[in-house]
Amino acid sequence: MSVQRATKLRSKDLVGIDPLSPAEIQLILDTSVEMQEVAQRPIKKVPALRGKTVVNFFMEASTRTRFSFEVAEKRLSADSLNFTASASSVSKGESLIDTARNLEAMQPDFLVIRHSYAGAPHQLAKVLKASVINAGDGAHEHPTQALLDALTIRQRRGTLEGQVVAIVGDLEHSRVVRSNVILLSRMGATVRVAGPPSLIPVGMDKMGCEVHRRMEDAVAGADVVMMLRIQLERQGRMNFPTVREYYDFFALTPERLKLAKKDCLVMHPGPMNRGVEIDSRVADGPQSVILEQVTNGVAVRMAVLYLLAGGYGEPTAD
Amino acid sequence: MARVQVLDSRGVGRVLERMAAEIVERAGDEKLLYLVGIQTRGVPLAKRLAGLISARTGHQAPVGALDITLYRDDVGPWRAAHQQPVLRSTQLPVAVDGRIVCLVDDVLYTGRTIRAALDTLMDYGRPRAIRLAVLIDRGHRELPIAADFVGRTVPTAAREDVQVLLRETDVDEGVWLASEEVAG
Repeated sequence: MSVQRATKLRSKDLVGIDPLSPAEIQLILDTSVEMQEVAQRPIKKVPALRGKTVVNFFMEASTRTRFSFEVAEKRLSADSLNFTASASSVSKGESLIDTARNLEAMQPDFLVIRHSYAGAPHQLAKVLKASVINAGDGAHEHPTQALLDALTIRQRRGTLEGQVVAIVGDLEHSRVVRSNVILLSRMGATVRVAGPPSLIPVGMDKMGCEVHRRMEDAVAGADVVMMLRIQLERQGRMNFPTVREYYDFFALTPERLKLAKKDCLVMHPGPMNRGVEIDSRVADGPQSVILEQVTNGVAVRMAVLYLLAGGYGEPTAD
Repeated sequence: MARVQVLDSRGVGRVLERMAAEIVERAGDEKLLYLVGIQTRGVPLAKRLAGLISARTGHQAPVGALDITLYRDDVGPWRAAHQQPVLRSTQLPVAVDGRIVCLVDDVLYTGRTIRAALDTLMDYGRPRAIRLAVLIDRGHRELPIAADFVGRTVPTAAREDVQVLLRETDVDEGVWLASEEVAG
């Protein structure tokens, strides 16, 4: 399977990985590679998005993703405005659509949205003229995270095709796992997931991944192990007895990592709970590419902004 | 489509040979030279010029590749086509500061690519001088830009198309002038 590269994106928005074709994913990853070079320059800024306005609409806590988008916007010379839930009229009872329409009345070109409700970006994409980029919606999708993970894997391993990627942890509350399973399987990788049965959502096996109950089975012989954060703030009920017991069964320890390939990559989307899902010796070890993921996040977001700024749709006669 | 050959492969070689001599003469100190090709076809031309300069002086000048896409004036709201140009790589193996940078491109036309290239290069440092070498100058400038080293000046009509093919990027090699035949 060799994936052709698209010449453009078909949609004005990036609401998820699911609507993307392999050729579009390839285009975003290839463009990201060239964007990485901008960060190496003495002047880390290019004029490509001069005069474009981006609203970063974050209705849920985020530091990494919001900062990453902001850096990407600034490197492309776009103007960014930050909008956070606590300091906004949302806390005064305004509906999501009304808030977004009011923001749009100020003519932004992009709306980057993080929201606790799945589907919020899709809903906004339908009513707004601006390009909507999903920066995480509930437990649904987090497309730019999956793209930066894919870029990291592709650069370290040369290809995504044929890679065995184990994703372990809180599958129920994770949007990262959904976007990653779709992207990786679409690009020819084998995805195995594992987690406590109480944190495996119904229908996970129908997403095109192998579901394991024992972490050891997922990690054995893997090229990449991606650990998910235990979202302690989202545990409505107790899904596992204690954090200590979780560590005993599902943390990535040096012993468990030995089951994977010798040069297996260790990934984590952050923020990490050290000593819960990942052992510090692994997180800071030589196989960890966790900080590389953060660096790649900026390049991927630059690529997405650049490609969406170029218009969208089926090819037209030039 | 009528197609007239302007240069064949030997012609391209001869023209580059002369340009290399001119670049060296003008530089004074060839050790300061830095050949930077503009993506895509400027890159193999820069490599060839560096090879010819090396054969002439014994000094191997560094060669870089410059992608000007993010500095284009037709990216963004002014762009008519619904498509962003594909990014290519920029590789500047040594710093441009203090160097005599010779930008290399295949065809000089409106001058807009060169304007973008100058802005791109300035963000990488402060060269001592920037010069421009082009294989073909076809006229129709839209900006006050001129080349220092020209392989061949080819007067053209705007509807005509200058095709440069190089063995590094294409099957054939040479320069052709193509024009739509008037119907009827």
